[in-house]
Amino acid sequence: MSSVKIELRKDQIEKIHETCEQFGNSEGELINILHRVQGTFGYLPAEVQEVIAEKLNIPVARVYGVVTFYSYFTMTPKGEFPISICTGTACYVRGAEKVLGEFKKELQIEVGETTADGKFSLSCLRCVGACGLAPVVLVGDKTYGRVAPDDVKEIIGEYQS
Amino acid sequence: MNEMSEDQVKSIPRKKQIRIALRNCGVIDPERIEEYIEKDGYFSLGRILTELSPEETIRIVKESGLRGRGGAGFPTGLKWEFALKNKSDQKYVVCNADEGDPGAFMDRSILEGDPHSVLEAMAICGYAIGADTGYIYIRAEYPLAIERLKTAITQAREYGFLGKAIFGTKFNFDIFLKYGAGAFVCGEETALIHSMEGRRGEPSLKPPFPAESGYLGKPTNVNNVETFANIPVIFQKGPEWFRGIGTDKSKGTKVFALAGKVNNVGLIEVPMGTTIREVIFEIGGGIREGKKFKAVQTGGPSGGCLTEKHLDTPIDYENLIACGSMMGSGGMIVMDEDDCMVSVARFFLDFTVEESCGKCAPCRIGNKRLYELLDRICKGKGEMEDLDRLKNLSIVIKDTSLCGLGQSSPNPVLSTMDNFYDEYISHVVDKKCPSGVCRDLLEYFIVEENCVGCTACARACPVGAISGERKEPHVINPEICIKCGACMEKCKFDAVILR
Amino acid sequence: MKMVNITLDGNHIEVPAGTTIYESAKQVHIDIPALCYMDLKDLNIRNRPGGCRICVVEVEGRRNLAPSCSTAVEEGMVVKTNSVRVINARRTVMELILSDHPKDCLTCAKSGQCDLQQMAIRLGIRDIPGQEYAEMSTYRLDTSPSIIRELDKCIMCRRCETMCNDFQTVGALHAINRGFYAVVAPAFEMNLEHSPCTYCGQCVAVCPTGALTEVDHTGKVIAALNDPAKTVVVQTAPAVRAALGEEFGMKPGTLVTGKMVTALRHLGFNYVFDTDFAADLTIMEEGTEFLGRLTRFLDGDTEVQMPILTSCCPGWVNFFEHHFPELKDIPSTARSPQQMFGSVAKSYFAEKIGVERKDMVVVSIMPCLAKKYECQREEFMVDGVPDVDISISTRELAHLIKQANLDLVEMTDGDFDLPLGESTGAGVIFGTTGGVIEAATRTAYEIYTGKTLEKIDFEQLRGMDGLRSATVDFGGQEIRIGIAHGLGNARKLLEEIKSGKSQYHAIEIMACPGGCIGGGGQPLHHGDASILQARAKAIYEEDRNKKIRKSHENPFIQQLYADYLGEPFSEKAHALLHTHYFDRRKRVFQI
Repeated sequence: MSSVKIELRKDQIEKIHETCEQFGNSEGELINILHRVQGTFGYLPAEVQEVIAEKLNIPVARVYGVVTFYSYFTMTPKGEFPISICTGTACYVRGAEKVLGEFKKELQIEVGETTADGKFSLSCLRCVGACGLAPVVLVGDKTYGRVAPDDVKEIIGEYQS
Repeated sequence: MNEMSEDQVKSIPRKKQIRIALRNCGVIDPERIEEYIEKDGYFSLGRILTELSPEETIRIVKESGLRGRGGAGFPTGLKWEFALKNKSDQKYVVCNADEGDPGAFMDRSILEGDPHSVLEAMAICGYAIGADTGYIYIRAEYPLAIERLKTAITQAREYGFLGKAIFGTKFNFDIFLKYGAGAFVCGEETALIHSMEGRRGEPSLKPPFPAESGYLGKPTNVNNVETFANIPVIFQKGPEWFRGIGTDKSKGTKVFALAGKVNNVGLIEVPMGTTIREVIFEIGGGIREGKKFKAVQTGGPSGGCLTEKHLDTPIDYENLIACGSMMGSGGMIVMDEDDCMVSVARFFLDFTVEESCGKCAPCRIGNKRLYELLDRICKGKGEMEDLDRLKNLSIVIKDTSLCGLGQSSPNPVLSTMDNFYDEYISHVVDKKCPSGVCRDLLEYFIVEENCVGCTACARACPVGAISGERKEPHVINPEICIKCGACMEKCKFDAVILR
Repeated sequence: MKMVNITLDGNHIEVPAGTTIYESAKQVHIDIPALCYMDLKDLNIRNRPGGCRICVVEVEGRRNLAPSCSTAVEEGMVVKTNSVRVINARRTVMELILSDHPKDCLTCAKSGQCDLQQMAIRLGIRDIPGQEYAEMSTYRLDTSPSIIRELDKCIMCRRCETMCNDFQTVGALHAINRGFYAVVAPAFEMNLEHSPCTYCGQCVAVCPTGALTEVDHTGKVIAALNDPAKTVVVQTAPAVRAALGEEFGMKPGTLVTGKMVTALRHLGFNYVFDTDFAADLTIMEEGTEFLGRLTRFLDGDTEVQMPILTSCCPGWVNFFEHHFPELKDIPSTARSPQQMFGSVAKSYFAEKIGVERKDMVVVSIMPCLAKKYECQREEFMVDGVPDVDISISTRELAHLIKQANLDLVEMTDGDFDLPLGESTGAGVIFGTTGGVIEAATRTAYEIYTGKTLEKIDFEQLRGMDGLRSATVDFGGQEIRIGIAHGLGNARKLLEEIKSGKSQYHAIEIMACPGGCIGGGGQPLHHGDASILQARAKAIYEEDRNKKIRKSHENPFIQQLYADYLGEPFSEKAHALLHTHYFDRRKRVFQI
């Protein structure tokens, strides 16, 4: 389990409760709720899952089972600028792996990690549906197409100031 | 990014293409329902509600010959009929928009470019099977598509195309969104339904089929985006028209996401029966940089590689299966002489291993073992008996897995083994990768004629594997070399090569 | 019933429509192997995820192989269960499962009882190709007071998940992760100890491998027996005698009470006593509490908590402490028989024989894993020393007997020692669902009405339905009784109480299917529900064989009160025989 323990503030708990209520406290809406709450908190720490479970009256083990099933959900906070490299087939064929390698080298982190200063995190995702621009890199919501390993430094530079 | 996918649709030569599912993409403003209506939008729904019975509606879908565009090609009309025949106080229509196939993005383009066609089709389906609620299960990774859908749903409600007493009839129907969360297996309909219910997206045994017991245990009809996008046109132009396009058993068109080493990449929509050659060389403009065509992977991780000998095969459901691949959702990745087919198989298995839900043993463990075997082979550790194991494991995983994911995951292995066995042999026996992709099987080598003795490579080498006098050709000691590639990067004379 | 005709391995058979291929095959004595499938018929417990794929068969005209456990027969179906294709597939899948399973069978706690091991033997697996370079999924070892989770050995059959969620509604365990790393675990992969686990042990009872086992205390028992300074006292729970024989190849339902006593004596226990004695004692206390509450209730006291709930099942106690702490004042405050025994043994009996408390070791033989946790509860300790020092399961006792080279089958019958070995038929039936409330009824009726029961057997309280209700006539006063076994069924009764809709005066709850006879510490039933039925039958048989069948007539109970406790619910009885409950809900950050 996550090593960092946080105690949620009252207003944070209320915010989660509110979200659950918006979805009728329905256990069938669990995934929609997790999406919304992750949108608010940036990630889904154990304490947050616990509050959701309690509100929906379902075992927290089940919430955790769902969170760990879907790759979109994360229990670790992402960097200020999350970098995602598409490793879909089209991007793979057009050299996404080399681009990924370059990011790892430049940031000195592995996939799933965040830089020590909390600025960048690195993840892979499967096909953002922009295969025509392969290989594709996302920084936050911004998309970079036809990225070559040589472009990596420049992309990171954009966010370093 | 917004315009990008539309741009991808437009940029490709239109010859040989027929637009049905993509008819409005890039043509109308997807955020204005009026433009959809101008193109006879919601006309089919209105006519059906006021003139046709559910049975007649389904008969027309059956007559059109439309088959599911998301996977195995099950006849759509028949599927609707099953859902109609299962009596229940509550039924559901579900649109599968969890496009998880890496290298396919037609659903996204349709949802972004023509959301109303899907909404209209879902309402038609609702009327046909007796459902008053529809859900679109959409990837959370598609924020623009989600926004466009929300806008479209709001507009459709305002115009009375969704909601109560649609077109003044007794028919009520509304549509809501459910978000996927990054699980390829949720493309399988039972897994998708479990995910919609807020559970792990694990598939369950069929029967019962969703048409009998689906979402919340109620009869549910699941079709994917592209399938739905075909529906309104079929009613506008008639089933005969639709049936007139395509081959004997596969009617209409299919959208493909053409990607990889072709000159024109993007979405294309061609009549069923178009040959692969036409797609790659006429529409796709041939292979990039004048390289040699090697293979095309269709059907994504569930499909297989087609080669030179399949180029003149007309594309339809049956033919692709006969070639050891499948239609899938329509990804089409073109590969050239620089692609190593063993690595490609490993790439797909890496994907499957990550996306397997873990419920059944053959998929959970078997695919992992397939990956490990392929990895060994790519690293030069493979033995001949590994090839036999690959084959047997692949056959057993296909034969015993619970759902479509596991039943098709070994296809990339089997089809590359069938078509490129010599490449496997090269890796295993000669310990060579003919395409120069598998790093462990390559060595860096300095071509004497090109080397001017500038010493840049020797200085760059982190392990001191390069020796040679200034202004004399240098040599790499393969015993010491760690294959980092620094020398090749530094050399300005193309003297360092991989072989 | 509609019948269909099928051909199975060349046999033409007629079976009811809807039957699975797996069940149909049994008709012609074809036993299709299966790993994840489990169907405890009658008890409404079914696990059928279709996940192991061992039971696949070939169905003519079908593209791929069909899982026989979940494929229904159809008219004209032609099935092959042993074709080359099927056998190759089954063996390959088995090799795959084993390739991700540790190979320490010789020292595994489940060795000899492991379904996976049996399957490997049955399929003749001799080699696992490619094992040298096959990665194995590994997880952290988790040891709780009762249960050990060694998930490296999990084969994802999901039986434990089904028991914990569908049957028990405890929700401590759930499938987590995806693909190769998917496994069943508590939330956040935290220790079971920190989860809402009740230690009912039903996950252990159905686990086909060594992934879930009990904490083994046999070593501690041996050490105590070999310590000359200790007086070692043993108590045996009622359900143990109806199941222990199975571990020695005896037919399910064989009573081995006397043989067990002899074996325990051979093992070196100084006093061989019976938890049934403490069960009689429980009836005295719980029955008195019930009658007290009932009288107040009937007199119109609105403060009084009704219904009263039994409290002898520690899994059930853990359940309401975790899941319904707001109802913690409703169950009887009477300690469980195990704990009453420990308390009495280390006070009354120790004084009687002149042994100091610190020199006495109380061992309990239980059909239960939650008892291991119960005896470690702080409220059952005096100056940090527990009333019951060591609790071992029926299975662990069998191991002890085997280690001591004793042949239980051939053993002569022995008698329990006195005074704590004397019990009535009422004490015996604690071992099965409905038994506690029947025992309580026998005593409460006579005390309430002042009349002697004409018929001791209350058939209306017996049976295997998960949720039962019955009424008993207390001389014109109708007493409504609810009975639940399985915590999912208990939950329904608790929800009723919570919403103020409960119509019962008294409710008996047992966590395990069938009550203690189906406890998590019993010999494994391997999915055969008829074994539980046989054990229940044996329990009632033992009851009928007893000379005294009502707890309050047990002369040694009467003597205990006369010499030591005074009367039921006295101050002393309260201190020694009663307890209180806690709210055990915890937040993650508090762990």
